[in-house]
Amino acid sequence: MIELLPERQPQVVRKADGAPAADMACGKASTAGSVSQRACVFCGSRVVLYPIADALHIVHGPIGCAAYTWDIRGALSSGSQLHRNSFSTDLQEMDVIFGGEKKLEATLLELIAHHQPKAAFIYSTCIVGLIGDDVSAVCKRVSAKTGIPVLGVHSEGFKGTKKDGYRAACEAVYTLVGTGDTAGIAPHSINILGEFNLAGETWILRDYYKRLGIEVVACITGDSRIDDIRRAHGAKLNLVQCSGSMTSLAKMMERDYGIPFKRVSYFGIEDMSAALYEAAKYFSDDPTIMHRAQQLVREEVAAIYPELQRYKQKLVGKKAAIYVGGAFKAFSLMRALRLIGMETAIVGSQTGDKEDYKQLQEMADPGTIIVDDSNPLELAKFCLEKDVDLFIGGVKERPIAHKLGIGFCDHNHERKEPLAGYIGMLNFAKEVYASVASPVWQFAPRRARSK
Amino acid sequence: MLNGTTAEIKPREALRINPAKTCQPIGAMYAALGIHGCMPHSHGSQGCCAYHRSHLTRHFKEPVIATTSSFTEGASVFGGLANLNQALSNIFTIYNPEIVAVHTTCLSEVIGDDIPMMIKKSIEDGTIPKGKVVIHANTPSFVGSHVTGFANMTTAMVRYLAEKNGHRLFQLNLIPGFVDPADIRELKRIVAEMGVKAVVFPDTSGVLDLPQDGRYRMFPHGGTTIEELKSTGDSSCTIALGHFTSHPAATELDEKCGVGCAFLELPIGLTETDRFIHALRNYGGVDVPATIGDERGRLLDAMSDMHQYFHKKRVAIAGDPDHVIALTQFLSDLDMKPAYVITGSPGKHFEQRVTEILKDQVPDAVVKQNSDLFALHQWIKNAPVDLIIGNTYCKYIAREEKIPFVRFGFPVLDRMGHRYFPCVGYMGALRLMEKMNDALLDHKDRECADEYFELIQ
Ligand code: SF4
Ligand code: SF4
Repeated sequence: MIELLPERQPQVVRKADGAPAADMACGKASTAGSVSQRACVFCGSRVVLYPIADALHIVHGPIGCAAYTWDIRGALSSGSQLHRNSFSTDLQEMDVIFGGEKKLEATLLELIAHHQPKAAFIYSTCIVGLIGDDVSAVCKRVSAKTGIPVLGVHSEGFKGTKKDGYRAACEAVYTLVGTGDTAGIAPHSINILGEFNLAGETWILRDYYKRLGIEVVACITGDSRIDDIRRAHGAKLNLVQCSGSMTSLAKMMERDYGIPFKRVSYFGIEDMSAALYEAAKYFSDDPTIMHRAQQLVREEVAAIYPELQRYKQKLVGKKAAIYVGGAFKAFSLMRALRLIGMETAIVGSQTGDKEDYKQLQEMADPGTIIVDDSNPLELAKFCLEKDVDLFIGGVKERPIAHKLGIGFCDHNHERKEPLAGYIGMLNFAKEVYASVASPVWQFAPRRARSK
Repeated sequence: MLNGTTAEIKPREALRINPAKTCQPIGAMYAALGIHGCMPHSHGSQGCCAYHRSHLTRHFKEPVIATTSSFTEGASVFGGLANLNQALSNIFTIYNPEIVAVHTTCLSEVIGDDIPMMIKKSIEDGTIPKGKVVIHANTPSFVGSHVTGFANMTTAMVRYLAEKNGHRLFQLNLIPGFVDPADIRELKRIVAEMGVKAVVFPDTSGVLDLPQDGRYRMFPHGGTTIEELKSTGDSSCTIALGHFTSHPAATELDEKCGVGCAFLELPIGLTETDRFIHALRNYGGVDVPATIGDERGRLLDAMSDMHQYFHKKRVAIAGDPDHVIALTQFLSDLDMKPAYVITGSPGKHFEQRVTEILKDQVPDAVVKQNSDLFALHQWIKNAPVDLIIGNTYCKYIAREEKIPFVRFGFPVLDRMGHRYFPCVGYMGALRLMEKMNDALLDHKDRECADEYFELIQ
């Protein structure tokens, strides 16, 4: 059995019965030499901005950073598919020595002439930070020449964690906010922040708010368009999903435009309903909105409830491990699992902060293991110890779960079905059931052994 | 994409659209996984390492381990010595591998970290325990591609580990190149069938194609052992498959230990497999057993049975240079017409070899190194092909242009076959033929007019 790295001890907590929540170390860069599952600043910026479909996304750096992020996120667009191409300056040795500015500028001019995008995002990767390219100057020049916003994203990988990448992305987006005309925006209007239209989830949410009589000005960035973002400051309320990614944008909009924000989650019945009520409460000047919200919740829940119960009967008592990027996602997942009768035996995240981990500990059942920035050996060890039936995580965790003979559900970029909203809850239950109850696990050695 | 590509071709200088390559470190990481008990280590910031692991995992559907020096701003100013030292210390105390294979990233390359000096320091101060080994390869991504990174790490295995003790061993070295575990498994089967003893390195079979046994192991049973790698210096000769991925290591071995080498292409298709078998027979001093002869005979029979379906079919091929060179030879054996043959990796040899293979059959073929899939798509728009062969990223072109498509090479992110079935050897050639034939005939069955719809083909 492997021991935890001594430095890792403070990043792992076992919830004891009745004990107060312990402080967890987190937000550190991974220990050098650990098999960390974590990504970099660039990764954070790239995943957040990628769904903006009518913008050009250019990765300024050597080829790898661009190649690995080419169309890996199932963020759907209802129109332009421009964002699904991979554009890169593919820096070569000479560029590293003499600087890549010229190449970047030429690239931008070529591409903008060809694709006529509404804006361009330039992602700086690690070596750009070192060779000292003045990306902002290039952006300014190209913007002046082409008349579209050309925005540098300060995403040099080594300058922090994925979270810093979110912040850099928010800063880039924020330069667009406030540049559009807000005429004609309804008095009851919101922006949806931190929702990326994976598998079409934004479309489900937009439909809900429309049924409430609330206008969605911009969804940032799920299926979003530059022109929507430009007028996002005309909305009356920001609903922010996901713990890390868009909170800083919401804060800036609050500071400069006085738009309040509320943290919501669209995953699971409780959270989804709370998100709708939150908006309805805010627009209490029109009580019919709350009315419609209640009605919508009633209808939608009634529509999925019977089927959900059937899944619950089959899943009750099964145990799950959760390892996801942001801790906020973990909260929603724990609640949703409870709804279908499952326990969370292990829960962890890559980027949670102190508060997040406190809250996780409060929510968790006694004995639950809570981890920050984990690695495969640790995760495998905990899974076997807790004998879980399901692992919820991302691309790197799937094969580990399968080697152990454990079911898996992708709650990351590679999800195939929308998991947001009521229909999403049902999809989630289906997916969990399909994996947990698959006949394949009866052949798995650990089950065969225990028979 | 999907409709963003225009037929009109403008000169493009500064720009890479839809690359047909990726960066060096991922190749180095993959090669390192082919050493038994090895922890690949990425000396740079943590993002690269996470991307490389995810990408390999998508292709193999296997856990992929690697550690990172986790550079932060400090390291980018003061250099990564402290990071590497701490990393090595942690790796050996916690994960306890036999060997750590360090590769650089763009970041540590630009900073100019001197890895051999750092390794030396870590040996001196006892960070690297006695009996444990650390090797390294420089893998700057602004030079070459993932293929170069693979070659560099394979060469590093020779540079650090190969030893010459003076008594020749009754064994060959076989360097299989950047192929899938299933391919290596097949090569090992052929070698065993021929009755030849060989050290195969790097060998990712038994590392990235594991059966489910209810356990997660950081260091699976497969991989070339350090002892085996050491012994390569005393082998009677080396068979190196692939100019780009394997020849550099073989050359190094010759220079360092005087082990002579047969420089071959990947044994994909009839001709190249013949050359491989021939080399095994010559250098192994064995006869070709009837079983191998039968395999060849079955391939030849299939090629005869199906030849009219392949005749003069125009094909676009994209992929890694060694794969594409060998495949081009096979397609020309099948009387197909490779019309566009590209690789994203730089290297003049590619254009020379492919042009030479095609000079009689397809003298007007477009052959390009250092190209990308956007360019390929534009050519196809101007003059279409009957079949596209390449990695998963070609599916965008295939869909847009409604052209049959066979997945081949690295990475394949959306199908399963490459994880279990080889494309090398006579049996691998049969599999490739089956895939091409299915793709062409499925397409015809779906698209052709009723009067041309045939029951028997
Ligand atoms: S920075 Fe990292 S991912 Fe990007 S090209 Fe270099 S090594 Fe590859
Ligand atoms: S750490 Fe730097 S070089 Fe590596 S992927 Fe991130 S931005 Fe690219």
